[in-house]
Amino acid sequence: MSTLVAAPAAALPQVHRPLPRLAPWLVAGASALVALALVLVLDRGVIAFALLALVLFAVALNVVSRRVEGSRRATDRLVTTIVTSAFLLAVLPLVSLLYTVIENGAARFDADFFSMSMRGVVGEGGGAQHAILGTLIITALATAISVPIGVLSAIYLVEYGRGRLARTVTFLVDVMTGIPSIVAGLFAYALFELIVGPGVRFGIGGAVALSVLMTPIVVRSTEEMLKLVPAELREASYALGVPKWRTILRVVLPAAAAGIATGITISIARVIGETAPLLLIVGITAGINTNPFAERMATLPVYAYYQFVNPGVGNPGIDRAWTAALVLIIIVLVLNVLARLIAKFFAPKGAR
Amino acid sequence: MTAPTPTSGLVPDPTPRVPPRKDRAQTPQRAGDRVFSGLSTGAGVLILVVLAGVAAFLLAESLPVLGADAEELPGGESFLSYLGPLVYGTAFAAIVALVIATPLSIAIALYISHYAPRRLSRPIGYVIDLLAAIPSIVYGLWGLAVLAPFLQPSYVWMADNLSFLPFFEGPASATGRTIFTACVVLAVMILPIMTAINREVFLQVPTLHEEAALALGATRWEMIRMSVIPFGKSGIVSSAMLGLGRALGETLAILLVLSASGAVSLNLISSDANPTAIAPNIAAQFPEATGIDVNVLIATGLVLFLITFAVNYAARAVLARRAEFDGAAG
Repeated sequence: MSTLVAAPAAALPQVHRPLPRLAPWLVAGASALVALALVLVLDRGVIAFALLALVLFAVALNVVSRRVEGSRRATDRLVTTIVTSAFLLAVLPLVSLLYTVIENGAARFDADFFSMSMRGVVGEGGGAQHAILGTLIITALATAISVPIGVLSAIYLVEYGRGRLARTVTFLVDVMTGIPSIVAGLFAYALFELIVGPGVRFGIGGAVALSVLMTPIVVRSTEEMLKLVPAELREASYALGVPKWRTILRVVLPAAAAGIATGITISIARVIGETAPLLLIVGITAGINTNPFAERMATLPVYAYYQFVNPGVGNPGIDRAWTAALVLIIIVLVLNVLARLIAKFFAPKGAR
Repeated sequence: MTAPTPTSGLVPDPTPRVPPRKDRAQTPQRAGDRVFSGLSTGAGVLILVVLAGVAAFLLAESLPVLGADAEELPGGESFLSYLGPLVYGTAFAAIVALVIATPLSIAIALYISHYAPRRLSRPIGYVIDLLAAIPSIVYGLWGLAVLAPFLQPSYVWMADNLSFLPFFEGPASATGRTIFTACVVLAVMILPIMTAINREVFLQVPTLHEEAALALGATRWEMIRMSVIPFGKSGIVSSAMLGLGRALGETLAILLVLSASGAVSLNLISSDANPTAIAPNIAAQFPEATGIDVNVLIATGLVLFLITFAVNYAARAVLARRAEFDGAAG
C-alpha cells in the first residue's frame, strides 16, 4: 500500500524554491566586477565592458538559477535578460544620435545661422535662413493641401462611407502610408513635367510630393478621432432636427478638434524632415526664394545633405550640415511636444 | 389604422401617418447635406485618384525608355541589365535590415507589453515613437559619422575570422562605409513601426489565455511562448512586411552611408563591393540627369513603387483579415 502511494509522489516534478529577490542584483554586481577586472587586464573600452558584463550576467544567472530553481525558471530568466537588453540596445542609437547631433551642431548654432543665406558665401560663415524659410513655406503649402483632403476623406469614411468604396479607400490609405518618399517626389516631377516642361524645379512641386505622404497620415488619425465621438452626441443633434452636415460641422468636428489638431501636428512633424522628394523636385539654391511657383528653393534637409556632401574648402559645410540637422530635430521635437500638449489641454472636458 | 405589432416590445409602435420615405437618411435631406456628402466623398475618391495617378504618371514618364536605343541608356545595355543590380541591391539591403530588426522589434514589443513596469511602458512607447520622428537625413549623417567608424573594427575581425562565409569575405572596409552599416541604420529606422504593430498585437492577447497559462504553472516565458506568440503570429508577419516596405524605399540612409559601386555580391563588410539600391540611386543621379536618363530613373522608381505597393498590400491584407477574424470571434 505504502509503495503505491509513494510511487506517484516520486514521479511528481521536484519542487524548487525560487531564488531570493536579491540574487539577480548580486549576480549583476559580481559579473560587473569580473568584467571590469578583465577589461582592465585586457585594456579594452567601455563597450567591451558592457558587452562582457551582460554576457557574464546572463550566463551566471542562468547557471545559478538552473541549479537552484530548475531549467524552466532559468530559461525564463534568460529570456527576461535578452528582452530587457534588446530594449536597451534600441535606446542606444537614439541617445548616441541625439548626443552626436547636439555636440556637432552646437558649433554653428549661432545668430548668423538663422539670419544669413548662402548667397556669396565661400568657406566659413553663411547660414540657413533661406533653407528654414523654404522648409516653412513648402510644409505650410503641403499642410494646406493635405488637411482639407485628409479631414474630408476621414469624414467620408466615418460618417458617410458604406460598402465597397469606403472599404477600398480605407485599405488603400493604409497602403499609401507605405509609399516610399522618393516615389512621391518622382510623382510630383512627372506630374509637373507634363504641365510645365522638362527639368522643372519649384516649391509647389515639393508641397505636392509632401502632401502625397502627409494625407494618409491625416486621414488615419482624423478617422480614429471621429470614431471616438460618442454616437449619442450625433443622435441628440439629429433628434433636434439638425441636418447631418450641420451635425458634423457643429457637433462632431468640435468634439474631435483637439485630437484632429494633434494628428495634423504629428503629420507635419513626419514630413518636415523629408529629404528625398525635395531633392528631386525642389532642388537647392544659395539665396532666399519665397515664391514657391518659380525657381528652386532651399529646404533644411536638402541643405543639410548638400552641405555635408559638398562641404567646401576646409569643410565648413560639415558644421553647417550638423546645425541644420540639429534645427530639424528641434523642430520635430517641438512639434511632437506641441501635439501632446494640444491633446492634453484642448481635449473636450468630461469626455472619456 | 393597424394595431401595434406585438414584436415592438415596451415602446408602443408609432403607426406611420405618412408613407415611409425611400431614402435611408434619418435626418432631413437638404441641399447642404448633398453638397457636404458630395465634398467628402469626392475627397475620398481623390485619394484613390492620386494613388492611381502616381502609377499613371510614372508609367507615362517611363514609356520613352522602351523605345530608346540601348546605346543611349546608362550602362549602354538594355534597361533590364541596368535595373537588375539595383533591384538586387534594394532587396538585399532591405532583407538584411529586416533580419536585424525583426527579433529586436519582437523583443522590444514584448518588453513594453509584458515585461516593463506598467508605469514605464507609456514613456517607453514615446521613446520608441521618437525614433520614428527623427528625419532620415539625420540618421544618414549619424550612420556615416558615428556608426561607420564604430563598426569598422568589427569588420576587420569578421574578415579575419569569419571569411569562410560569403557575407564576411572581406577585404574589410577601411572606412566602415559598407552595406552592413547601411543595413544597421535601416534596421534602426524601421524598428519603430514594427515595434508599434507588434506591441499592439501582443496587447490584444486575451487576458484569459495568459492567466490560464500562468494558473497552470507556466513561467512568464512559457506563457508568452504558448499564448502570446501564437496569437500574435500574423501580426508579427505583417509587421515584418511593413518594415520590409519601409526599408525598400529608404533613400538617405543608404545614399549617405554607402560609397556605391553597383556590384552584385553577398559581401557585407567590404567597401569595394557595395550594391546600390533603387531609391538612393535615383537621389544620387536625378539632380544632374537630363533627357532619357530622367526617364530611366523614373522607370526604376516605378519598379520600386510596384514592389513596395505589393509588399504593403500583402501586409495590410494580412492585418485586415486578422481584424475581420477577431471581429467574428467577438
